[in-house]
Amino acid sequence: MSLENRVTEIIIDKLGVKPEQVTMEAHFDTDLGADSIDQYELIMGFEDAFGLRIDEDEAAKLTTVGKVVEYLREQDVDQ
Amino acid sequence: MNRRVVITGTGIIGPVGKTASESWKSALEGVSGIRRMSLIDPEEFTSQIAGEVRDFDPEEHFDRKLVKRIDRYTQFAMVAAREAYAQSGLEGSIRPERLGVIIGSGIGGIETLESEHKVALERGVGRINPFFCPMMISNIAAGRVGIDLNAKGLNFATVTACATSGHAIALALDMIRLGRVDAILAGGSEAPITLTGVGGFCQLKALSTRNDDPKTASRPFDRDRDGFVISEGGAVLVMEELESARSRGAEIMAEIVGAGMTCDAYHITAPAEGGEGSARAMVLAMEDAGISPEEVDYINAHGTSTQLNDINETEAIKTAMGEEEAHRTPVSSTKSVTGHMLGAAGAVETIFTAFALREGIIPPTATLFEPDEACDLDYVPGRARKADMEYALSNSLGFGGHNVTIALKKYSG
Repeated sequence: MSLENRVTEIIIDKLGVKPEQVTMEAHFDTDLGADSIDQYELIMGFEDAFGLRIDEDEAAKLTTVGKVVEYLREQDVDQ
Repeated sequence: MNRRVVITGTGIIGPVGKTASESWKSALEGVSGIRRMSLIDPEEFTSQIAGEVRDFDPEEHFDRKLVKRIDRYTQFAMVAAREAYAQSGLEGSIRPERLGVIIGSGIGGIETLESEHKVALERGVGRINPFFCPMMISNIAAGRVGIDLNAKGLNFATVTACATSGHAIALALDMIRLGRVDAILAGGSEAPITLTGVGGFCQLKALSTRNDDPKTASRPFDRDRDGFVISEGGAVLVMEELESARSRGAEIMAEIVGAGMTCDAYHITAPAEGGEGSARAMVLAMEDAGISPEEVDYINAHGTSTQLNDINETEAIKTAMGEEEAHRTPVSSTKSVTGHMLGAAGAVETIFTAFALREGIIPPTATLFEPDEACDLDYVPGRARKADMEYALSNSLGFGGHNVTIALKKYSG
């Protein structure tokens, strides 16, 4: 499964959104309805799924689905 | 205080039904909701039976995201509140600011507490679910119901163990009388069938160990009773100011005419000698309602099926009513079929009492076979009984020495 698909699956699972909503441009807050606790839970979900830790400053920058994918790719996560 | 308070909606989800009317039917027919536990492996417990809400799929009620963010106890409260609110027909006819919520839980989200504690121990505190606190706290059911039904008036929880929802109803009565709001969703919920929930009550030796005969394990007032049966579920009433209900043509189930609240100030779990505190609660409720013992036609007892409760509550009824009236008045415990729904029990039983007044029929103590010598009142054993009733009382008693009695009146226009 591609990195994009894995990220999308986690987002659907945590936020209960529809697959078509999860575009690379989608903002977690305005497009996917995630409040700050939702977003923190989501970050924890990525951490668990990809076996890494994302520090708070870094997490604050991950405002869209695309930015998460890009970040994870940079981290060279286990796919 | 001229404002009168009536019931215009009821909701129950529990071991004997997924709606109030279904649960009432089971109570009348004496259909037990007690089975071997399935939510947890009961093997190591002394008590292996419970009244579970069977075949409950929260995704039939809530979207997936919400299901993961609300403890089972909150799910029950929301389901019961939606049923009561829909029945009341209040939506669209009350200003949100005039609609309140008082829904409590004896314990709160104990399942969530257990699972996140496990996460903390096994994976570190940094892995605790960020929703843990707002899932576990015992006021979140009230908060969630407020959000769900857009109720913007007063909103809080009561926490008095097995008297929790009795207190919710008693406070709702006074809040509406005082004019703080015009209607309140009042009740309680509980989801205690977890490792520590059941384990804790087992360690108190409070639970029945009649594991080979679950259906008759909860035996209020019976000579062979051996403890209560733990149950789960939620129950909510819509309580509304009479003129508000009348003006919109609502169907009125019964009137709530009084409440009495006391403390034993005696022992953390055992009732005071002779049920002294409970007796005072009944007297206060009758005084508040402006009625005398002769006018009470039925008492829905707390009747837990523990040795101490049933004897002391019997004594309390005699003290409050007077020996003669106590023997004349039918008393029953619907915990015989529901088991003990803890924080939801008082609301379930107030709803059953309202149904009894409206339909003129007393639900039985279904599992009473041979009364205890010290329990010598008319407990309506085995079968329901027709009776023309005007006033009834419903008792709830909780660990901590909390006693509450609700007085109801048949509504006849």
